[in-house]
Amino acid sequence: MEDSIVRETVVAAPVDRVWEVLTRAEYLPRWFGAEKAEIDLRPGGALTMTWAEHGTGLARVERVEEPTLFSFHWALEVGDQPVPGARTLVEFTLTSEAGGTRLRVVESGFTSLDRPAEKQQWHRERNVDGWRQVLEAVAAHLSGVTT
Amino acid sequence: MADPTRRSVLDRLAAHGAASATALARDLPVTRQAVVQHLAVLDAAGLTAAQRRGREVHHRVQPEALTATAAWMTRVAAQWDERLAAIAAIAESE
Repeated sequence: MEDSIVRETVVAAPVDRVWEVLTRAEYLPRWFGAEKAEIDLRPGGALTMTWAEHGTGLARVERVEEPTLFSFHWALEVGDQPVPGARTLVEFTLTSEAGGTRLRVVESGFTSLDRPAEKQQWHRERNVDGWRQVLEAVAAHLSGVTT
Repeated sequence: MADPTRRSVLDRLAAHGAASATALARDLPVTRQAVVQHLAVLDAAGLTAAQRRGREVHHRVQPEALTATAAWMTRVAAQWDERLAAIAAIAESE
């Protein structure tokens, strides 16, 4: 998990309710701060999020295990396809506990991102994969301070 | 950076500022020679830089290499906090 961001919260609502908010097109834009969302809720299905000022973000649904696990790959840049090198994996897990639902999100795959074009030459000259090393170092640092 | 020792070397430098390979090796379960090799990789990646101080060579983290990426990933983490809070607010209020 050295290339991931992990965040967690406890929601005072049942698991089924949190699942709805997480996966339904009517709720997705509200917590994503988007204008509109479309989701085909099955593995391989498309998930799109549209922002008036930025454009459309593209994601592909990976796992749907109602009501405990939901994941998707999404493209780092608005307008790009969520292909390897340009995407991260977002995975939500929901666990029922006293008083509600523990909701955890893990975004991973930062170290598999392709390097920004302007840095590629620099790294080629030095024969090192500095971009990846920087990402891993930062992710390792952040994973020590997340809640 | 998959090497955990190399990450330990970087973490210690980040925590303590500049240090020599000898000082780092005292804190880690590896030889000074191994630390020197890890520092060479970190220097080549631009993550650390060597500086001579009297008879010793000190290494220090190059903050600019880390800052932009750290700022970005910190922002990504903060965005997830906001989204989780929004999910909770919707689920709890309706």
